[in-house]
Amino acid sequence: MKVLLSWMRRFAPIEGDPAELAAAMTDLGMVVESVDTVGATWNGIVVAEVLGLAPHPEADRIQLVQVDAGDGQPLQICCGAFNMAVGDLVPLATLGTVMPSGLEIARRKLRGEWSNGMLCSATELEAGSDASGIMILEPGLPVGQPLADALGADTDVLFDLDIEGNRPDALSIIGVTRDLAARLKVPFTIPAPAVPEGATRTADRASVRIDDGELCLRFGLRVLDGLTVGLSPTWLVQRLERSGMRSINTIVDISNYVMLELGQPNHTYDLGLVPDGALIVRRGRDGETMTTLDDAKRTITPADGVIANAADEPIGLAGVMGGASTEISDGTTSVLLEAAIWDRMSIAKTSRRLGLRSEASMRYERGVDPDGVERALDRFAELAVELCGATVASGRVVADGNRPTRSPITVRVSRVNLLLNTALTAGEIAGYLNPIGFEATPTSDNELEVTIPSWRPDSSAEIDVVEEVGRHHGYSRSGRRVPTSAQGGRLTPVQQARRRIRRSLLGAGFSEAMPNPFLAPGDLERAGLDQAAISLVNPLVVEESVLRTSLLPGLLKAVAHNQSHRARTIRLYELGRVFGPSDDELPDERELMAAVEAGFSPDDAGPGRTAAEAAVRLVHRIAGELGLAGLTIVNRARPGLHPTRSGEVMFRGRPIGEVGEVDPEVLERYDVAGRVAWVQLAVEPIVAALETIPRYKPLSRFPSSDIDLAFTVADAVAATDVARTLRKAGAGLLRSLDLFDVFRSPQLGEGRRSLAYSLRFQADDHTLTDAEIAQARQSCIDAVVKAHQAELR
Amino acid sequence: MIDDLTLLTFESETAAAITGAASASALRDVEHAALGRDSRLVAARKQLGSLDPEQRRTVGKVLNDVRERLTAAVAARHDELARSERTAQLAAERLDLTEVPDSVVVGHAHVVTQTWELLEDIFVGLGFQVAEGPEVETDWHNFDALNIPADHPARDGFDTIYVNHGSPGSTLLRTHTSPVQIRAMLAQKPPIYVIAPGRVYRRDTADATHMPVFHQIEGLVIDRGISLADLAGTIEAFTEAYFGTGFSSRLRPNYFPFTEPSAEFDIQRPDGSWLELGGCGMVHPNVLRAGGVDPEEWSGFAFGFGIDRLALMKFGVDDLRELYANDVRLLTQF
Repeated sequence: MKVLLSWMRRFAPIEGDPAELAAAMTDLGMVVESVDTVGATWNGIVVAEVLGLAPHPEADRIQLVQVDAGDGQPLQICCGAFNMAVGDLVPLATLGTVMPSGLEIARRKLRGEWSNGMLCSATELEAGSDASGIMILEPGLPVGQPLADALGADTDVLFDLDIEGNRPDALSIIGVTRDLAARLKVPFTIPAPAVPEGATRTADRASVRIDDGELCLRFGLRVLDGLTVGLSPTWLVQRLERSGMRSINTIVDISNYVMLELGQPNHTYDLGLVPDGALIVRRGRDGETMTTLDDAKRTITPADGVIANAADEPIGLAGVMGGASTEISDGTTSVLLEAAIWDRMSIAKTSRRLGLRSEASMRYERGVDPDGVERALDRFAELAVELCGATVASGRVVADGNRPTRSPITVRVSRVNLLLNTALTAGEIAGYLNPIGFEATPTSDNELEVTIPSWRPDSSAEIDVVEEVGRHHGYSRSGRRVPTSAQGGRLTPVQQARRRIRRSLLGAGFSEAMPNPFLAPGDLERAGLDQAAISLVNPLVVEESVLRTSLLPGLLKAVAHNQSHRARTIRLYELGRVFGPSDDELPDERELMAAVEAGFSPDDAGPGRTAAEAAVRLVHRIAGELGLAGLTIVNRARPGLHPTRSGEVMFRGRPIGEVGEVDPEVLERYDVAGRVAWVQLAVEPIVAALETIPRYKPLSRFPSSDIDLAFTVADAVAATDVARTLRKAGAGLLRSLDLFDVFRSPQLGEGRRSLAYSLRFQADDHTLTDAEIAQARQSCIDAVVKAHQAELR
Repeated sequence: MIDDLTLLTFESETAAAITGAASASALRDVEHAALGRDSRLVAARKQLGSLDPEQRRTVGKVLNDVRERLTAAVAARHDELARSERTAQLAAERLDLTEVPDSVVVGHAHVVTQTWELLEDIFVGLGFQVAEGPEVETDWHNFDALNIPADHPARDGFDTIYVNHGSPGSTLLRTHTSPVQIRAMLAQKPPIYVIAPGRVYRRDTADATHMPVFHQIEGLVIDRGISLADLAGTIEAFTEAYFGTGFSSRLRPNYFPFTEPSAEFDIQRPDGSWLELGGCGMVHPNVLRAGGVDPEEWSGFAFGFGIDRLALMKFGVDDLRELYANDVRLLTQF
């Protein structure tokens, strides 16, 4: 909302440094985004009279203009515009003038001819948007007079305010001024429009019937006759253009001026095109159409409000745009003026559906003062008389739909003081409220009766009034204190676990990615995963229309992106949520941790260099760092993973994730080169494990004995199964077990390999005898041979 | 029997041989020859018995002195040789440490995570616990309970993404972390001091300052007698803790449906310039009621702001999209 200081002064004697005024408005919640002085840059610009025009001998796009700048002497100016005639008054920027654009005017030669200044267009003076030619001034102005004096245009200050949704009143000059005047403690008054009324009665010439009182809260009309539509005077043009609106003609300009000043949108009909001046306000009907002012044919729905004529044909879209059929034209002699109050949601829906957002619809969506209808009609009439020579029919026609009523509410002083940390009395509170139209009367030491003003549709309860008191008292005066939390701050086990998992992955050299959780249709299928997933109702683009069920597609895309930038080894992890269908109130949402390592050659080059092994090592690393004792891996083909190089991660008897190599075919589909290691674990079971604090086990003070055992076992037997058998057989004496060698050779037989384990035996309470060690060794051998058809080597 | 002159010659010759021994083994040979079992010194000692007691004592002492001096000389030479051998060995082991490649693989946490964790730590220090909620939410938690009923125009401002789950329009990707306020109130009785960092979603086209998926942090305090002063004090304490000394904060009136009075909080930098950081206010009585909290008994404040923007500022990244491109060249910078 752009607000001119001169305009505010129509309603209140607002004085002071513009920067301080801006600070006051910001402190009231009307954030001033910029403060600009307008008009001040007219220093050096004078009214000049064109004495003669001659072609430039060397250039046909420039002419030589002789002007009188006030001293009666001809002064030569080179000018690129041709719209002036001898005798015209024009603005002349004299030598040394600094133009609003910053350009300094100097004497200079153009193609051999001197130019002693510059004639200005309205745009160059920032006095309008007309850049087509030199601004031609009204005849009769004194030649040589400074332009600012001649036009009566003083310097002005323009505040650009950011108005919040709860302050529709501040979308008007009076609303902003009322608030600021209250803060500055100066009187605020809205002058009553002076409307000289003619002989005919409005009620005889216009009528309205409201068929839907929910749609239309109020509807007011006035009739104006004998208008001359012309160009607006400079003061009006300047106010509008400085406020960000274009000047069109007097009638459009008055309409906009009234809306900006009072916040009441309004509309004009050519009365001659409205039979009997009769209007009907109703909902639209399916199948109806009408042509709006922008010459677009609009389809109407029952959600829209329409204004119809006596024949029940729509001639206006309520609060959004008028119709072409009753548009004011050069032949218009009588005007029917409308000022109405509409249901906010209806306007919002219609303007959204049609993509028509205007200054009017924006104000209607936020809420227009229902009690301001009469004032707006009168203000319009007043200006129409003044600027268009209109005659005003006497009286107004105003119909009410569901006009809001205002009933007083009770506000407790104690509540105000508790929430604002103040010690205000009922009288002081009333002192803040009354100037902004909240009619407050103390009824006891602790209570006030407050009637909320009609222009504040956002306010209805005690808490709304507390905010107003706070705003006008000043938030900064509430003081500061840090409340003491009785419970103490801490992270939950989940949050602590997340940090430990992250630390582990960072230590392993993995960096954190944050891929898009939205997938394209087909992304899951391309990743070899189940396609059952939750889709978005209103995705921005179809490529982002499915909620991920796995972190795999996102991380593969990240790998592909980095490979396209020639990254070799890529280690990325993510801690993020995935979503799956469920029958519950909300989808099945769970947090996963996944890590991906790319850069493995497809030919398994190097011992222990397969992606799958790297993935398994990472799982063990995480398990080790987090203390997930008993975590195991079971060889099992997993969707999206290499069928013979993938497995399920088991913890406490249930699967918590997967590990292995990504299926080469999936990699191909995702444009990923080489082989890729993959780990994905659910966070929640890990958290549960971390809540178990490990208990101290006494350290044995007795010597330990190491033995090595190597078995030939079929490939189908998992090494972890052999290890489990050894642990069980070693029972109480086996302290540690390491698989230190695996090898295959033709001598061992097809489909078999050797697994070599190092075992350490130790007792807590004595030194093991050779016999004990021998017996333990034999139990281990026997168990493995029996359980796994193994041979001791 | 050795005479004095012979002894003198022996000692000087042996001393020269010790000094001249070039290696541990040469030294061992000299030592053996001069002081060993078959040496002349030992032989001379064996003859002491043939001397009279007086002479025996004198000669014996001379022989002992010579022996001690030579033994000491051997030890000294031995140390000397050991030292130079060690020096030679170390010299032979020379490594050019700058040959070691500096391509150490270090993982880097995402800048959003780094900022997130720092914020958690600061608020934990201020006595807050950290609450969480689902990213896919009900429209009730995301809107209705936060005093944004179905027809409220504020709903349009959120550019909500809905998901196909349950009845149409019932389930959405949370547009802010504020629904965690409701979940926190329903999960625990006051007093409540929580923050809720989390991922949020808006139907926004990605540009330098917007992403459809981004992160916010929410704060909620509910206790007896909580006022605007507690809000201002908490914001100020956070400002100092996060931004450092010389930074301060201010509240100015604003509008949010879920708080009243509502405020925007700005941070003032030491150079006097302002940064609009987030929204805050006293929890609206309707929101307290939705969370099962009696607004007559309890009052509270809430605040919220974006994590991503703080991360951008902290590390000087100028385009939000860069944070989500997952380019290792960027990720490993921080």
